[in-house]
Amino acid sequence: MSAARTEGGRWLGVYVIAYLVFLYLPVLLIPLFSFNNSIQAAFPLQGFTLEWYATLYGNPGLSGALLNSLVIGVIAAAGATLCGITVSYMDLYGRSPLAATISAIARLPILIPGVIVGISLLILVNLIGLGPSRIAIVLGHILVALPTTVVIMRSRFAAIPKTIREAALDLGASDWTTFRRVMLPLSVPAIISAFMLAFLISFDEFIVVFFLAGTEPTLPLYIWSQLRFPRSLPTVMALGTAILTVSFIIAGTAELLRHRGLSAKPS
Amino acid sequence: MLLPGGLVTFFLILFALGLVLFLAFRGNDGSLLGAGFTADNFITVISDPLYWTVTLRSLVIAGLVTLATVVTAYPVAYYLAFHAGRRRGLLLFLVTLPFWTSYLLRVFAWKIVLAYNGVLNSALIESGIWSEPTLAFLNTPAAVVVTLAHAYAPFAILPIYVALDTIPKSLLEAASDLGARPFTAFRRVVLPNSMPGVLAAALVVFVPTVGDYVTPAMVGGPASTMIGTLIQSQFGKANDWPFGAALSVCVMLVILCVVLVARSADRKFGSRT
Repeated sequence: MSAARTEGGRWLGVYVIAYLVFLYLPVLLIPLFSFNNSIQAAFPLQGFTLEWYATLYGNPGLSGALLNSLVIGVIAAAGATLCGITVSYMDLYGRSPLAATISAIARLPILIPGVIVGISLLILVNLIGLGPSRIAIVLGHILVALPTTVVIMRSRFAAIPKTIREAALDLGASDWTTFRRVMLPLSVPAIISAFMLAFLISFDEFIVVFFLAGTEPTLPLYIWSQLRFPRSLPTVMALGTAILTVSFIIAGTAELLRHRGLSAKPS
Repeated sequence: MLLPGGLVTFFLILFALGLVLFLAFRGNDGSLLGAGFTADNFITVISDPLYWTVTLRSLVIAGLVTLATVVTAYPVAYYLAFHAGRRRGLLLFLVTLPFWTSYLLRVFAWKIVLAYNGVLNSALIESGIWSEPTLAFLNTPAAVVVTLAHAYAPFAILPIYVALDTIPKSLLEAASDLGARPFTAFRRVVLPNSMPGVLAAALVVFVPTVGDYVTPAMVGGPASTMIGTLIQSQFGKANDWPFGAALSVCVMLVILCVVLVARSADRKFGSRT
């Protein structure tokens, strides 16, 4: 039986490798063709070139969109992380029905398609007189990233042994001091991880931006507008390669931090 | 401390969704909040066969995508839970990494794969399998299904893996001690115990795909217009916000039904989460 099990395990291993190839192959075509000396993404490959990367420099539309994406990403990630920390902490330790309700609603956006998040916020920002703008996008991205930050912070706070918090309270620390001096420092890796992932979500988000962007596009919206022109496809691929590289690095770092947070968990 | 979260949840989520519901019952006079109360928007949605066709198509596409992602993800989750050993951390990282890359770029990747003078056609001709490029790949509902299944694949693995990983190993030992062959043990013990994860996975794939806008627009062509596309056009070209809001309400109702079905199925399997 154990032989049958390892045999089965080996076939499953082959399947997993095939699955990973399927997962990564289409995405890796973007970097491949970004170095290809042809306007068309087709085989056979023509020759190596950095020409498409050169077109990225000194492109005012692109650098403006990049700056917008960075600013919006940082502000939205800060907002989503702040909300994630407070919502999950109050949910776990606040012992109020309101806190539990807020936490439940905060995870609701997972169950709303992006188009509907987009139009509901579009109506809202028009109603309050803000209109489509960068502030509107920030609000939208806080909303989109909120479930992620709440889930990450909630699991981190829940992993801190109850005794540590009780010890602080017994030694006379107030609720606020316990939060600020004990629980928050113990959660720093998770906070950084939540911030980075919220930033990535905002940086890559398209559909909410599509509805809420005013005159200044973000990077995904810039890419979307370029897709209409076949001539600019190689440039989009060079830009896409740069974005994929940055995303991989940020997501990888966030993942490492989260694991460090877990392995450093006092037991 | 409840202030930031409370503002976001009540104002940006509940109040904004309430506005959509409110607008859905208004007539369109070009103003922001419409005029007069009416159920005309919903009557149009129900009486015009176009909306039935598109809704049905969205449901079929999202259903196929959900089925494809869950079925293909299950063995991966199974391997992670029972066979991965020391490689588990690395594999988990690898399957979740694409989740954090741009959705737009992943869809764009499929566009260059499926295009008339794209990667797949040129590779098939280059290798001598086909002599002529074919239009049969891009701008079809099948292209939408493949692209969405690829884009949402990472969503399905994690919930199933968590469900499988929390099955007590003693249950498996008991099954084999009592004489169950491996397949019987899988069918009678592992599979039913992992159903909460399967349902959660189905839900997180189904919800974003049923209302997706980007993929049908990019690789679907006119034959695969989905409900998200119709909603977008009401807020764009067609400029009938109340009607778009009514369509959104209908989509949310469909999703609510799916969630309720999943919930009751979850209860039947005795969720442990």
